[in-house]
Amino acid sequence: MRGAMENFLTYAFMQRALLAGIGVSITCAILGVFLVLRRDAMIGHGLAHVTFGGVALGLLLSVAPLLVTLAVSVVSALGILKLKEKAGLYGDTAIGIVSSLGMALGILLVSLAGSFNVDLFGYLFGNVLAIDPEEVWLSLLLATGVLATTILFYQEFFFLTFDPESARTSGIRVRRLESLMAVLAAVTIVLGMKVVGLLLVSSLLVIPAAASLQVARSFKQALVYAALLAGGTTIGGLVISYRLDWPPSGTIVALSGLLFLLLFFLRKSRRP
Amino acid sequence: MGNEALIAVENVSFRYGETAILQDVSFGIVSGDFLALTGPNGSGKTTLIRIILGLLKPSRGTVSLLGKEIDQFREWNRIGYVPQKATNVDPLFPASVREIVAMGLLSQKPFPRFLKAADETRIDRALQQVGMESLKNRRIGELSGGQQQRVFIARAIVNTPDVLFLDEPTAGVDAETQARFYEMLSELNRRERLTIVLITHDFSILTKHINKVACLNQRLFFHGTHEEFCSSPVVQELLQGEHHLVCHRH
Repeated sequence: MRGAMENFLTYAFMQRALLAGIGVSITCAILGVFLVLRRDAMIGHGLAHVTFGGVALGLLLSVAPLLVTLAVSVVSALGILKLKEKAGLYGDTAIGIVSSLGMALGILLVSLAGSFNVDLFGYLFGNVLAIDPEEVWLSLLLATGVLATTILFYQEFFFLTFDPESARTSGIRVRRLESLMAVLAAVTIVLGMKVVGLLLVSSLLVIPAAASLQVARSFKQALVYAALLAGGTTIGGLVISYRLDWPPSGTIVALSGLLFLLLFFLRKSRRP
Repeated sequence: MGNEALIAVENVSFRYGETAILQDVSFGIVSGDFLALTGPNGSGKTTLIRIILGLLKPSRGTVSLLGKEIDQFREWNRIGYVPQKATNVDPLFPASVREIVAMGLLSQKPFPRFLKAADETRIDRALQQVGMESLKNRRIGELSGGQQQRVFIARAIVNTPDVLFLDEPTAGVDAETQARFYEMLSELNRRERLTIVLITHDFSILTKHINKVACLNQRLFFHGTHEEFCSSPVVQELLQGEHHLVCHRH
């Protein structure tokens, strides 16, 4: 077993996968705690659909898809907020509209180009083992930026998540912070895209956060547990996928779901 | 502060679409007041408090808070607020009592708003004032409604504010807990000279503690002392059938 693990770690592609996977999944999980508690978890799912349009646009224009997707995702996240605010739509309606439009854009672009279906497949289902060194560094840089911003605004995000109205009467600029949180969500979705793919990326935001909430007794604990669960399931998922030749994205998410179930039943067994 | 108005509401009106919620409301609150803002359901009490706190913009009229127009007001550390249904806490929300009270300190902190060691003393003091220090590390969702109320009061007073606003804080809480809760507010009003503005329907307990009453039903039809309120025929007539007034002091 030890030999197999040493072998596993000697591969450069595996080192890159671990580095990017752990960094991105921890970032997603920490931001996910705020989003899940704000009932905004579906924004991850919606933005994931939008990024499909971004990826298709990037591939069509032969510009780095990660950067194009980042721009599309950030604009869409802010668009969702504006639709909620200005058009008075419910959050899930605004997410539904923007995500469908993003997906439609992707389908149209794919149909027009008709030549990059293989690349697109990688973005849809993720292929962290094929991540290149530049993407690793870009992912880690963005993940560090998201984490640093979250730490700097930790107290404000916490207050905003718990009680937005009282946060406003404490002089906290709620709308600005909501925009900032939406931008951070957009960035993390794009980061997670390479690890588990667009179709599963919202799971990185939602599942570790939801699992940590089963056992955490304070907000800091929830963040730490979510980060540990995300890091642990990414490592575990990569190891299992290497040993059993399973797809890494599906394995990481399935392991994460399993841990959620375990913690859910643990909580239920403690409180009849 | 003397008798200088801490809060001045002048000719405030508010409409939701075509529906008038408040019409031409004017009154002032001075330092040391323990004021009950009361009136029938849908009379605009919560709307008025939200306008005073800048959470809603009035259709007409002005509000000044601690001498500043509400749009220019920045001294949020001098204001404490316990919103309506504050105790409808998601039982799974992973926030400890200490973390909730610490939120109240943010209004006086420059960016980045990290907490310091001295803040722990202030959190402890606020929790002591509401008798909740022993539950500091408990998860908020595990506490009873009455205990949660105390935690939200601690959050609102941790900055030692000048004015505390409470919007129906005892809704859904048993009578004994309510009595203890009002006793605690009264103590804060007397000992700390905390000005309190309280939205309530609960006259039977309030008559023991409040010194001012503002009665609202779209328009302000009464603003005066507790004694004047009890003897006002207009008030008795308006509240007939909705409330039973017990006007006595112990």
